[in-house]
Amino acid sequence: MTNSSNQKLDRRAFVGNALRVAGAVGIGGAVAALAARKGQSREWVWQIDPAKCIACGNCATYCVLDESAVKCTHSFGMCGYCDLCTGYFHPDPIALNSGAENQLCPTGAIKRTFVEDPYFEYTIDEPLCIGCGKCVKGCNAFGNGSIYLQVRHDRCRHCNECAIAVSCPSQAYRRVPADDPYLLKIREQKA
Amino acid sequence: MSKIVGGTRRVPSANCGTRRVPPTLSRIALFLVFVAMSAAVALAAERFPPPDFTDHKLPETSQPSPRGLLLDYLDLAALAVGLSLASYLAIVRRSRRGLFLLTIGSLLWLGFWRQGCICPIGSIQNVTLAVFDQSYRLPLVAAAFFALPILFALFFGRTFCAAVCPLGAVQELAALRPVNVPAWVDHALGLLAYVYLGLGVLFSATGTAFVICRYDPFVALFRRSGSVNMLIFGACFLVVGVFIGRPYCRYLCPYGAILGLVSKVSKWHVKIPPEECIQCRLCEDVCPYGAIREPTVALPATERRRGQKRLALLIGLFPLLVWLGFWLGTRLEAPLSRLNPTVRLADRIRQEQTGRVEGTIDASDAFRNTGRATENLYGEALALSATFHTAGGWFGAWVGLVIGVKLIHLSVRRRRTDYQPDRAACVSCGRCFWYCPGEQARQGWIQEITPLQRNV
Repeated sequence: MTNSSNQKLDRRAFVGNALRVAGAVGIGGAVAALAARKGQSREWVWQIDPAKCIACGNCATYCVLDESAVKCTHSFGMCGYCDLCTGYFHPDPIALNSGAENQLCPTGAIKRTFVEDPYFEYTIDEPLCIGCGKCVKGCNAFGNGSIYLQVRHDRCRHCNECAIAVSCPSQAYRRVPADDPYLLKIREQKA
Repeated sequence: MSKIVGGTRRVPSANCGTRRVPPTLSRIALFLVFVAMSAAVALAAERFPPPDFTDHKLPETSQPSPRGLLLDYLDLAALAVGLSLASYLAIVRRSRRGLFLLTIGSLLWLGFWRQGCICPIGSIQNVTLAVFDQSYRLPLVAAAFFALPILFALFFGRTFCAAVCPLGAVQELAALRPVNVPAWVDHALGLLAYVYLGLGVLFSATGTAFVICRYDPFVALFRRSGSVNMLIFGACFLVVGVFIGRPYCRYLCPYGAILGLVSKVSKWHVKIPPEECIQCRLCEDVCPYGAIREPTVALPATERRRGQKRLALLIGLFPLLVWLGFWLGTRLEAPLSRLNPTVRLADRIRQEQTGRVEGTIDASDAFRNTGRATENLYGEALALSATFHTAGGWFGAWVGLVIGVKLIHLSVRRRRTDYQPDRAACVSCGRCFWYCPGEQARQGWIQEITPLQRNV
């Protein structure tokens, strides 16, 4: 009797051990195979494709951070350095100066500095920028489109599901490799 | 009327007044716009040619770099150390105090410092997406976060839930006045976790959404910011958690469901009395999660025969239940596919075209600006709906399977002589042996077990 119950226990222990080893090898192997697939195991981060972005303003409000991880980026090589910058000024400015009533940016995050006649340089004061995209819309509509939105990776929390990506109406959000995390606009080369 | 194409360039008049142009012409115009658009980024005609400054250097476009990979590996190391410590404290040291301190540590690290991302619960979806989408590459850290707690559960039970999971930690601290949940409610609600797991897998497999992350109840608390809905959702779980121990872990957590299954075959699971059980029932009383099972009593022969009949009936019904689930699941195609952005967009465009809704929204405007043919979008949406038809069927079959297995599981009688933790439900928090007189005598906190404690 004791012998048979011992055998039964041994069988149970054996089946249990077999299950555990099979489970460990199976899960470990499967996950390792998935992670090492094609030998390209790079980390991915979120970024906005500026070609798809419509500057709707969702980035400013849907980010899980109170102050959005998305901010304005300026490709200086593309900028026209216009006096009447449609990314900087209201559609109907009273005067072409840095008066708050003339500015499009709600937080005054764009700095306008005189370079040489008739050119002005516009730089983004990132801590002030809230990523609302008002300047992006203005610059795209009538300018060169050198101002656009980008996820700032020093701020981004890298959520597994980005709340902005979920709300993006033009599906401009996508994952990009972490070692090349920006989709910058560049001036095309003249032939 | 002007049109922004590709976000970089305006097409002056090629697209003006297309509404009055015959359909073929407008289609050609659309095609031209599409061709222009696809080359927009490369061509990017400058309305205002950038000036060539003589003595002004152009500033660099700033590109702050992402958080280094090193820190991700640090999280991984923290998880491994946490799991090892939790297993050691629960099984070797049998120290409730140690587990409690580790819980607070995990809450601070994975919760408030790392702000709840990455976590093994959400990694289910990364792994699923990697299985179904060849183009998605599973990050190494996500893979390890998914596998490590399961591997530990195979040998030590749910020690991850005990003291490493930040979501569990919040609820562990919130369980101040736990009440007993009636067994039938507990069993019925427990099925929700498997349903939620099915939904999480369904939506990540179809590349639609990571719903488990979207409805993470405590991430808003960890970040101390978030949408109002998420804050209310989290607050509700905390308030309920004061009276019902770990409501998310028991009734919703999909990863807990997986760990519970795995934990059933764990080699060294937490045991309550160190030696003999004196049947004092203190452990059953103190467990806030209703995970202690009492000793069974032998049933009269008539009862046993009825039980056997019921079991035979349930096993016979099982395939029917799964099939019914599959059939019902395929009916869920429409509501399930509504969560997919492409299907939703196609729906909206169709409604706008047939005049069922007035005006346009950002998404439909953005779609029209791409110049893509609507037929193309409809085709894609149709294919997705077909996928959801099949996926819904599998989801339904899964729910049927879960209900069937639960019913059979409840009908199988097991023999227990002592009070034992239910391995699937027990999160190894250590309260049971902390209160066990046998354990207290072993630790030398009490001289010996008094006859008063020796109940019955």
